[in-house]
Amino acid sequence: MTDAFVYDAVRTPRGKGKKTGSLHEITALNLATQSLAAIRDRNELDTSDVDDVVLGCVSPVGEQGADIARVAVLNAEYAETTAGVQIDRFCASGLEACNMAAAKVISGEADMAIGGGIESMSRVPMGASGGAWSSDPEIALKSYFAPQGIGADTIATKYGFSRDDVDAYAVESQKRAARAWEEGRFSKSIIPVKDQMGGIQLDRDEHMRPDADMQSLAGLNPSFAGMGGMGFDEVIKQRYPELEKIDHVHHAGNSSGIVDGSAAVLFGSEEMGKKHGLKPRARIKAMASIGSEPGIMLTGPTYVTQKVLKKAGMEVGDIDIYELNEAFASVPMLMMQLLDIDHDKMNVNGGAIAMGHPLGATGAMLLGTMVDELERTGKETALVTLCVGAGMGTATIIERV
Amino acid sequence: MNLETFKFSVDGDGVAHAVFDVPGRSMNTLTAQAIADIIAITGEISTNDKIVGAVLSSGKPSGFCAGADLGEMGEQAGGVPDTEMSEAELKKAQFDRGFSLNKTLRELETCGKPVAVALNGLALGGGLEVALACHYRVAANDNPKIQFGLPEAKIGLLPGAGGTQRLPRLIGAQAALEYILQGKSMRVDKALSLGVINALVPGDETVAKAKEWVLANPNAKAPWDEKGFKMPGGVVHRSPGAGQVATIANAMLAAQSYGNYPAQKNILSCVYEGQQLPIDAALRVETRYFLNTQARPEAKAMIRSLFLSMQALGKGASRPQGVPKYELNKVAVIGAGLMGAGIAYEQARAGIETVLVDISVENAEKGKDYARKLVEKAVQRGKLTEEKGEALLARIHPTDNYDDFKGADLVVEAVFENPELKAKITKMAEEQLSETAVMGSNTSTLPITGLAEASVRPENFIGIHFFSPVERMGLVEIIMGEKTSQETLAKSIDYVLAIRKTPIVVNDSRGFYTSRCFGTYTQEGLTMLAEGIKPAIIENVGRQSGMPMGPLEVSDSVGLDTALKVGRQMAEASGIDYSSNELGQMMAWIVEDKGRLGRKAGKGFYDYGDNGKPTRIWPDLNSQIEVTVDECPPDMKQELINRFLVRQAIEVARCFEEGVITDARDGDIGSILAWGFAPYTGGCCSYVDLIWGIKDFVAEADRLADKYGDRFRPNDLLRDMAAKGEGFYDRFAPADMEKAAA
Repeated sequence: MTDAFVYDAVRTPRGKGKKTGSLHEITALNLATQSLAAIRDRNELDTSDVDDVVLGCVSPVGEQGADIARVAVLNAEYAETTAGVQIDRFCASGLEACNMAAAKVISGEADMAIGGGIESMSRVPMGASGGAWSSDPEIALKSYFAPQGIGADTIATKYGFSRDDVDAYAVESQKRAARAWEEGRFSKSIIPVKDQMGGIQLDRDEHMRPDADMQSLAGLNPSFAGMGGMGFDEVIKQRYPELEKIDHVHHAGNSSGIVDGSAAVLFGSEEMGKKHGLKPRARIKAMASIGSEPGIMLTGPTYVTQKVLKKAGMEVGDIDIYELNEAFASVPMLMMQLLDIDHDKMNVNGGAIAMGHPLGATGAMLLGTMVDELERTGKETALVTLCVGAGMGTATIIERV
Repeated sequence: MNLETFKFSVDGDGVAHAVFDVPGRSMNTLTAQAIADIIAITGEISTNDKIVGAVLSSGKPSGFCAGADLGEMGEQAGGVPDTEMSEAELKKAQFDRGFSLNKTLRELETCGKPVAVALNGLALGGGLEVALACHYRVAANDNPKIQFGLPEAKIGLLPGAGGTQRLPRLIGAQAALEYILQGKSMRVDKALSLGVINALVPGDETVAKAKEWVLANPNAKAPWDEKGFKMPGGVVHRSPGAGQVATIANAMLAAQSYGNYPAQKNILSCVYEGQQLPIDAALRVETRYFLNTQARPEAKAMIRSLFLSMQALGKGASRPQGVPKYELNKVAVIGAGLMGAGIAYEQARAGIETVLVDISVENAEKGKDYARKLVEKAVQRGKLTEEKGEALLARIHPTDNYDDFKGADLVVEAVFENPELKAKITKMAEEQLSETAVMGSNTSTLPITGLAEASVRPENFIGIHFFSPVERMGLVEIIMGEKTSQETLAKSIDYVLAIRKTPIVVNDSRGFYTSRCFGTYTQEGLTMLAEGIKPAIIENVGRQSGMPMGPLEVSDSVGLDTALKVGRQMAEASGIDYSSNELGQMMAWIVEDKGRLGRKAGKGFYDYGDNGKPTRIWPDLNSQIEVTVDECPPDMKQELINRFLVRQAIEVARCFEEGVITDARDGDIGSILAWGFAPYTGGCCSYVDLIWGIKDFVAEADRLADKYGDRFRPNDLLRDMAAKGEGFYDRFAPADMEKAAA
């Protein structure tokens, strides 16, 4: 089988996912197009060699609907022969898109492919694609459906993370993100988003709150207590009777931010890289996805990490740096506790609590961040993973070339 | 047309009038014959060109129709019938039969002629469904007993004649689910404001009003047959609000019923799936879910226990024949404590002159204060007029003088559980009583035969065991002493029925039936605690098994000092050294070292707030017993549920073997009403017969016994029943049910 190499990775800055956010005035199509155009232009690609573009998108309706990947390929004026496919693995869609693009290279289906993602949460709101899981009693009852935040609070309760613990994690995420920006650690990947005139609309993540401290976070009300009281706490206790009650510790300040953004990662075989005069930056070492208990929903990263490590013949300690999406503070905290991973190795440049989580794009952004970080530090291997709706996890191990 | 349950005529204006009037019944129900008649009437209205429209009404003053015939329905419920047909043929036949009323009502609705219904009184279940299929509903504004509702869910069924489709289309899914899931009724003004009823007029004008509407609206259509119909609140997956309603409804149902009631889940499915379909397809989906529900053992169990048996016992099914009805004009209650005061209130509420005696007038007045508070509350809530409240209170006569007993037809003694005290009081009371008066003891544990020894007329002495709080608990356990006469039993049943409670009859034994079996649930919970299972698991799984409270919370309510005492007595009786036993040590520690006596002390297994409600499980509970099980995945949860429920059913089987109870209905209704045994099972006996089946139950009990101890071991009775394939309802069929079968 062919090795799949990462040749480049770009991402937009993340705009606040609301009407006042800087990227609200940019269509989802435009946002996806800009990442595809940037990765083509800076690598001087002849796009007729790009076999396929896989984009993650979690609300593929409205302007994000009807295979936005192909539509963005056309809008970016790639060769007509470049195909495009939109996929949805909820929060891991961006990483899954990269894994699929890489798999196409590994299998020989493609010689060069792009994985990435798009989510304009300000324009196509979270949940816009509906779905049967929460509303159809057939599945909602048997799978203990509860909103994600209830799952995050359940993790905190079950594994003993207090409000102070999760808030402290959030403060640290903000600090790390601020430092990463200060030191220009994201500058290799960030592409400023252009407006309709070609002027710069946004060149920096705008969701960050570097001044957040324990005191300011302490003032925030728990976000999921109300929903818990409507019945979801009792639902989750049917799967976890060991919990006397659910401690609702998560709030806007220690959960991932709602933002707009897109990303693209270029994969190819060694041969195709040479043809285009590209230097490989990292090699895909292993990939995996897994299902986990859907009620608590967010414990998948630990299990998929164990699975992908096994596939790679590696152990927890063999990975130099970990990147786990900060959907909620309790998610990375749980994986660090269960796998005994030092916080110094986890989310070294902050995460979605500080910078936001554009659902379909985040996984691709994290992969790019890890490529940059391996190069910056000279470390060898990184593992990227995300928790996923309905109880799943997706993970990828890369090594620097 | 040859109709048995309707009178049919067509007037000079061409308006057909179908009067629902099932012969020989005081209330119309949708018997098989009634459904056949509705099919015939629908055909006539549709095809007879002389008919321009139709009015349905009732020939019964009680109202339009109370719904399905549950006797017939109960026979069809649960399991697969014996048949030569292939599975596919059987399913088709079941569907066709199940769909027939739905199909007919849809034909009536789309016959192209206006159809109105005149509702002079209640329309429930299938009765309301027939009304909803009419284009116009006019109801009486002067019938205080009028009500509308779809109560099917209460007995494990779902509305299967369009109710899950038409009500949501009429008033929106959210409002409709509230009524259908809980089976609750709406009053006439509410029905009018929701649009379930179109107009209100005096009862004797409903038919004229309906006819007037029919003549004025020749082109009537159901709203959902109009072009551009929009369901109130929107349709799921087409409107975000409707999606939220569905999501929250799922969560609320799961939170309230823990997924134990298949009917309610299927109601949600009918509404969720049906609203996305055209009504014709939606009605087919409803029928399939109806048949799916009806085939569940829970449906059979709930219809039998919660409707048929409740009704039978509520009419005095266990009353010996041949004793004239006993008129209770005056009843004395001895002891004005919590129980006595509650009993006095219930008697006065039922119109019985009540003498309430205690050692001082002051104490007796305190007992009456309890009734005063309840009356005050009822008046405040508009459930009782001030006048009637006054009259009720005037029937309670507090006193310290036993002479006031003269002329009493029955006495209920409700003093402390002290045999000497009870003996003394029996003697004092009997001095004042006639030879025909009944002497009843509200003891919950002391054997009646022993107490009757103090009596000069032991044949008149009987146990009349109430439950606390008396005004809310619907059951009374009647206990026969060795010498208690059948006449006394009949009189006591008349008394229980007069105060509108449900009697079960049991024979004498320590703890009788209810107190004895009820204890096994809490004992199993305490055993789990001693095993090191995390308290939250015990409590949550207890509730999730269908019991009303966790066993530790129940223990707190009973009193941990009492639990310790009972535990010591039981250990002594079985030759166990309770002080070296882990459970015994823990109970002694929590009661004697920590002084945590339960809810009455504000601290027990739980901490309690000022309002007497538990705030949290006492965090130091496990400083004595180490938690060794702190996770509870689904297979373990099922194991614990089985331990809770099988343990209780085994004790019930022992009661049958010892002759403490003799009627499966008493076993079921007693278990549900006295100690809240999971109602979806239909009670302890139906749990064995229907939820498990006797053979599987015995196998499971043996498995639990091998693993956890002989408290689960099936007795000879159960083994014999299993060998013969007989359930409790075969072996302990009530006399009148046997008669009905023969």
